[in-house]
Amino acid sequence: MKLQTGTSLALYSILEAAGNPERQISAADIATKYDVSIHHLAKVLRELGRAGLVESTRGAGGGYRFVGNAKRLTLMDVIELFEDIGTRQPYGAAGAAVTDTARALDHVLSEIDEIAKATFRSITIATMLRLVERHGRGGNGPRHP
Amino acid sequence: MNAGNGNSPDISIRPIAAGDLDQVIALDAAITGIEKTDYWYELFHRYGTRGGDQRHFLVGVRGPQVLGYVIGDVRDWEFGSAPCGWVFGLSVHPDARQTGLGSRLLATICDGFRRAGVRTVRTLLARDNNLILSFFRSQGMMAAPYIPLEMEIE
Repeated sequence: MKLQTGTSLALYSILEAAGNPERQISAADIATKYDVSIHHLAKVLRELGRAGLVESTRGAGGGYRFVGNAKRLTLMDVIELFEDIGTRQPYGAAGAAVTDTARALDHVLSEIDEIAKATFRSITIATMLRLVERHGRGGNGPRHP
Repeated sequence: MNAGNGNSPDISIRPIAAGDLDQVIALDAAITGIEKTDYWYELFHRYGTRGGDQRHFLVGVRGPQVLGYVIGDVRDWEFGSAPCGWVFGLSVHPDARQTGLGSRLLATICDGFRRAGVRTVRTLLARDNNLILSFFRSQGMMAAPYIPLEMEIE
């Protein structure tokens, strides 16, 4: 599954802000770190602000601060603000014939979609930050707690 | 019920005793909506009384009150896998959630698995069980290299 650019920027922004909840983080800092367009990022941050996940402060030293609940907010909550990954266009929907083959392929692709959605729903921002930390230490994470 | 902090020293994790079983059955029934008395007695017989290092049935208790439980075992070469620990039951009373008790239960059963010599623990959940999936994720679990399959055999 490939997420849209705006969705990825939203996840980067939320993780950056939630990882430093006491600090204002600027759009420029995030744009530089991830080498992305600051214009696109600004739109994403405004949307996150409207959703009540970040607060912005203007002026020197201003920026964005995470104000959500990292233990409750899931990756899916953020993704759904930017795209609908729950309604894939079925085969045949674009005018092509709906055949048994198309329906069978839809069934298999739906399996993949459901697993992806369950994964996004099960990972909170707090869990994701721990995963980021583990990767930062050079591991893929423990296989047991 | 005021469960307080699941990490507090007045809550202990220990192997289940016969006197705990009715509370475990009631806790499971309250959460799943299905009372499975025979199932739990069978589990107690197999896991609670003669498990050794391979089988674990633990409860989190404050005094006589059961606040949660965890059940699991070490399975050798099932599904082609090298021996690993399986957690197939974990529940915490709704009033005792978000207190750290679930983490303590899981950590304690993992200690048992380590004593049995295994270094991997697995579990299996319905993919719409967001609450428990999120809990296991928060403990560091990731997708396993296995895919569960099923079919109707009516």
